[in-house]
Amino acid sequence: MASEKTHVRTTLNGEATEYLCETNQSLLEVLRDVLLLTGTKEGCNDGNCGACTVNMDGRIVDSCLVLGVEAEGAEILTIEGVATPEGLHPIQQAFLENAALQCGICTPGFIIASKALLEKEPNPSEARIRHWLAGNLCRCTGYDKIVKAVVAAANTIGGKK
Amino acid sequence: MTTSDKKKYKVIGTTPIRHDGADKVTGRAVYGIDFHTTGMLWGKILRSPHAHAKIKSIDATKALALPGVHAVVTGKDMAVARDIEVEAGETSLNYMHLSDNVMARDKALYKGHAVAAVAADTQHIAEEALGLIEVDYEVLTPVLNGREGMKSDAPLIHPDQTTKIMAFRFDPGTDSGEKSNIAGKSQLKLGDIDAGFKEADFIVEREYTTSWVHQGYIEAQNATAHWNNDDNITVWNSSQGTFNQRQLMAEILKHPVSQIKMVPMEIGGGFGGKIPVYLEIPAAMLSKKTGHPVKMTMTRTEVFEGTGPASAAQMKAKVGATKDGRITAAYAELVFEAGAFPGSAVGAGAQGMFTTYNIENVLIDGYDVVVNKPKSAAYRSPGTPQACFPAEAVIDELAELVGMDPLDFRMKNAAKEGDRRADGVQHPEMGNLECMEALKASDHYKSDLGGPNRGRGVASGYWGNAGMPASCSIAINADGTVSLAEGSPDIGGSRTSIAMMCAEAFGIAAEDVHPSIKDTDSIGYQGLTAGSSTTLRNGWAVFEVTNQAIELIKARAARLWETEPENVDFADGVFFSKAEKELKLTFKEMTGKLMETGGPISVAASVAPRGAGPSFTTHMVDVEVDPETGKVEILRYTAAQDVGTMIHPDYVEGQVQGGAVQGIGWALNEEYFFSDKGAMLNASYLDYRVPTMLDLPMIDTILVEHANPDHPFGVRGVAEISVVPPLGALANAIYAAVGVRMRDLPMAPHKIVKALQEKNGKTK
Ligand code: FES
Ligand code: FES
Repeated sequence: MASEKTHVRTTLNGEATEYLCETNQSLLEVLRDVLLLTGTKEGCNDGNCGACTVNMDGRIVDSCLVLGVEAEGAEILTIEGVATPEGLHPIQQAFLENAALQCGICTPGFIIASKALLEKEPNPSEARIRHWLAGNLCRCTGYDKIVKAVVAAANTIGGKK
Repeated sequence: MTTSDKKKYKVIGTTPIRHDGADKVTGRAVYGIDFHTTGMLWGKILRSPHAHAKIKSIDATKALALPGVHAVVTGKDMAVARDIEVEAGETSLNYMHLSDNVMARDKALYKGHAVAAVAADTQHIAEEALGLIEVDYEVLTPVLNGREGMKSDAPLIHPDQTTKIMAFRFDPGTDSGEKSNIAGKSQLKLGDIDAGFKEADFIVEREYTTSWVHQGYIEAQNATAHWNNDDNITVWNSSQGTFNQRQLMAEILKHPVSQIKMVPMEIGGGFGGKIPVYLEIPAAMLSKKTGHPVKMTMTRTEVFEGTGPASAAQMKAKVGATKDGRITAAYAELVFEAGAFPGSAVGAGAQGMFTTYNIENVLIDGYDVVVNKPKSAAYRSPGTPQACFPAEAVIDELAELVGMDPLDFRMKNAAKEGDRRADGVQHPEMGNLECMEALKASDHYKSDLGGPNRGRGVASGYWGNAGMPASCSIAINADGTVSLAEGSPDIGGSRTSIAMMCAEAFGIAAEDVHPSIKDTDSIGYQGLTAGSSTTLRNGWAVFEVTNQAIELIKARAARLWETEPENVDFADGVFFSKAEKELKLTFKEMTGKLMETGGPISVAASVAPRGAGPSFTTHMVDVEVDPETGKVEILRYTAAQDVGTMIHPDYVEGQVQGGAVQGIGWALNEEYFFSDKGAMLNASYLDYRVPTMLDLPMIDTILVEHANPDHPFGVRGVAEISVVPPLGALANAIYAAVGVRMRDLPMAPHKIVKALQEKNGKTK
């Protein structure tokens, strides 16, 4: 039954955002069904696929495991906030140039997670990339081209292209 | 790595950025699960907790009383669909079975079988309402294994079902007249099997099993339906074939096809699993009852329990060879668990088994057996991974007995053009042996394993691929660009491949073609996005429309040059006068003159191509097995595949890599665990566990471009076959590493440890 809604204030993709949500709604539901930001995908709703990955206060989280009310005061980055009016982010460009997506449903989660990695560690090894992204499932690509795209993006960002 | 004899194209074979790329990396692409419309309600399905039970009554009174609940529907609200079977790409579908699978009528036939659906204001209310629907079940004994189900004293899942005896795949067959859980028995027969085994010096005969596995697409099944007041139904969903689903909807709802519009949203994976309808039907029924659009999505658990995974199989294989390494005969018995309704991919599996080899005497018996498990669906080269696993494992044992390198043994027996498959059909031109030779010449083959408990395995695979109809329309724009409309849901880059073929034909850049995927009211008939057929058939469709357009533009050029159309020719993107060399205009220049020479040009065409080039492949894998834990680490992987002419090589390679990894999961760790009551015990990604990035190395490829001679651009299906060889290749590699033959999939660590213990116990 519809319960009392909570008023939540966050910073979403750099902009002050307010919403009303029920206490049992996850952040993923709020993003997708309340704010209609459907770039963040749902693959399992139980924390096991990474399709719903968003960045919350500098850490990547599965937004299906975060409650909407927990985002009070938080800074959240979703896939919709990655590109700028000037163009795609180097990671987005690298995913396209390396054909790192087939169906593309996993892609937003991978991009958000990869971005967090490269901001922490600009030159990750293949093993490190595989470790960092192990929580993001892709059923189409076999991951090969995703790993290569992240390496390519690291090189672009580091000016080594 | 790519091997290619000739590069005669300008656009084909290059790697432009996909046309839907920017949308997909920015989150703007709208998938089925993302669809939203005003006034939308949410629907949810109530599913049977029992694997086999009579539904005595359903009482929804309390659910309907819950504030926010709008309607409930059950199987009783559905008409009985026609009991006829239709071919659906690579498997067949029966309308009545499909309807009963969408919603149980009198009996629930597996745990997770839909029994009722509810529509409410929110998902949470709908979920709460499910708990208030009271269903009175009479629990029956379930049948949970194919071989058990075949026994004459097994409980009958469909009491009136008899066995259909088929001489070939898609044979209408004859009726055995005997009541049985065996829905179908098929036989492929070539030569004289007894004579073949008499010729053999070595014979190996073994038994194998595989488990139920799921396609595991990341986007769950979903559908939003609106039944309008004028009785027009619109469905927005992610499917592998809008026209096929429109037909299924029409049959099940008994509604005119012309009043159903299927709108293809972006699709988050399918692999065969998004061919049938599931939620589309209850969503439409709930919309009719409520007057609102109704959106339904499955949870991951529902996807595992309530959609169509790939059949488990119990199999026997027996192969004989002479001392000098010639295979003389091959026999197999394939028992496939169809799930709750007939229609496993056993026929396709039989057709793929032993097919990479030239064997004169072959006999394959296939059994399609109903059990109280979800109704199986197509999964990438349906049936063939299961069937090729025993074939490749037995052949590996034979190679060892004969004393030949496993790859040499395969090469010696490789099927070539003109050789006969087990169903008697002769192989067309193809690159089976080329793949094996390329692998033998690879660095991987020449490399050292470099350590103990390491081993290398090879396995081959075959998949026939499909044709299927396609439609396409193009509009020529005055700036030299082309708007291209087609109707195949794009599951992995196919709109770019059709755009590239269009660009090639006109001599323009891939970026100058703007492809879009239309709903069933806006484009001609289109087959399924399945059977590795999309790029093949779209190639035919675009070949047709571009040729027609070129003829029309030639006539315009003739008008400009005051000559006859037959005096104008077109080559390399330029229209020119055959008589006067200086009279020439590029495609782009000509498009700017269409208005003044008679107006705009657009062309539409439909095609029904045959001649899908078959796929052949051989994979090689190096593993290290930890003898303590049984864990298998993949050290190196190479897939060699005949891919025909590649339109976009990166997306071809991606298909090969993705399929190989699905096969690796199938081989090593994916399986449905069932309780003794038939409940799936691991219905989450955590417990089912598809391969993660951490489980894998890079997947190397050798892409052999043996052009399909029956296609205008040389295209051959590429997408499915790569899932076939990993099962056998990994079993063979594990044997090479630690000396145990694993015959039951998945080859999970605990099974390997047990096998090692038994082996060491015996040798002590
Ligand atoms: S949807 Fe959140 S991890 Fe899968
Ligand atoms: S591209 Fe489809 S799941 Fe990753």
